[in-house]
Amino acid sequence: MSGILFPATWSPYAAGVGIGVLVCLSFLLCNRPLGASSAYVKARGLLEKTVDPHVEEKKEYYREIAPRVDGVLMILPGIVIGAFISAVLSGQFHLSWVPGLWSATFGDNAIVRVLAAFTGGIILAFGARWAGGCTSGHGISGTSQLSLASIVSAACFFIGGIAAAFVIFYVVGV
Amino acid sequence: MPLLTRLHQNGRAQIVIGLGIGIAFGFFLQKGGVTDYNVIIGQLLLENFVVVKVMLSAVIVAMIGVNLLVHIGYAQLHVSPGSLGSNMIGGLIFGVGFALLGLCPGTVAGAAGTGALDALFGGIIGMLVGAGLFADFYPKIKARFLSCAPLPAQTLPELLRLNRWVVIGIAEIVMIGILLMLAYLGW
Repeated sequence: MSGILFPATWSPYAAGVGIGVLVCLSFLLCNRPLGASSAYVKARGLLEKTVDPHVEEKKEYYREIAPRVDGVLMILPGIVIGAFISAVLSGQFHLSWVPGLWSATFGDNAIVRVLAAFTGGIILAFGARWAGGCTSGHGISGTSQLSLASIVSAACFFIGGIAAAFVIFYVVGV
Repeated sequence: MPLLTRLHQNGRAQIVIGLGIGIAFGFFLQKGGVTDYNVIIGQLLLENFVVVKVMLSAVIVAMIGVNLLVHIGYAQLHVSPGSLGSNMIGGLIFGVGFALLGLCPGTVAGAAGTGALDALFGGIIGMLVGAGLFADFYPKIKARFLSCAPLPAQTLPELLRLNRWVVIGIAEIVMIGILLMLAYLGW
């Protein structure tokens, strides 16, 4: 077993097969697709609820995606823990502020990178909820069901992502 | 399956299963290399194809698995009608965030687990802000955009008027073909 747990990375095919099995388990055991983005809505709603307990009555979106500690929300802490375990086992856990490819183009100022990541996170969550899912919910679970909405979404994630990455790295970051 | 229905309705069990699936998901994402900003940006700049390889391998397995589970009555499909106003506009907005953050909603949580502090203090906090903004604007966005230009069908078999398993067979061959082609080209 240790031979499987400790290598820095697996072949991407093996990791993908594992994720595919998890999608099947999610349908079987939880009666829902495997997705990440609605967990952020729940977490955000729970934070708002600590300030205003009546937020569900005031905001329609929180009546559709209830701010509750449930299986959908728990995916999020789960992913953090799972990636942490995997990184520690393979000696890849290290604290860093600025990833290599970013610093090669935009320098190693941590504040600049965190602001970019923060802005990217806002846009990403906004787009994911606008489209009704993310790379896992639409990209993997939805396309596996041959859902047209998911196929269109996944194509646009990459069309938008590739176009924006080329602008960021080859136009802005010259 | 009454046993499965009972499991689906058991909130406490769902919390444990959700956490367990999340842990395994985070583990596979890190092992696949996609919790790394450099790998994701490399994919979006078309310098590596790791994200495509992970995603296609997952879909190749899940497409057969999920549809078999549905076929034998152990699971239900969860598809909803889409529209260009929702899926295309939302998807393109998503893409801009995807490239700027260099991670997606699942992998940003994974990156935080591997010690990426920009993902933790920038990306995840940004995601929580963005989710709140969307909740605030939801009634307006829903009224103006989400049902604009509805898609002609809910699923690919409905659109093509073909048997579901025929479409699955073709899709599997195409996806395996793409993976073989990427390997052959050394990408």
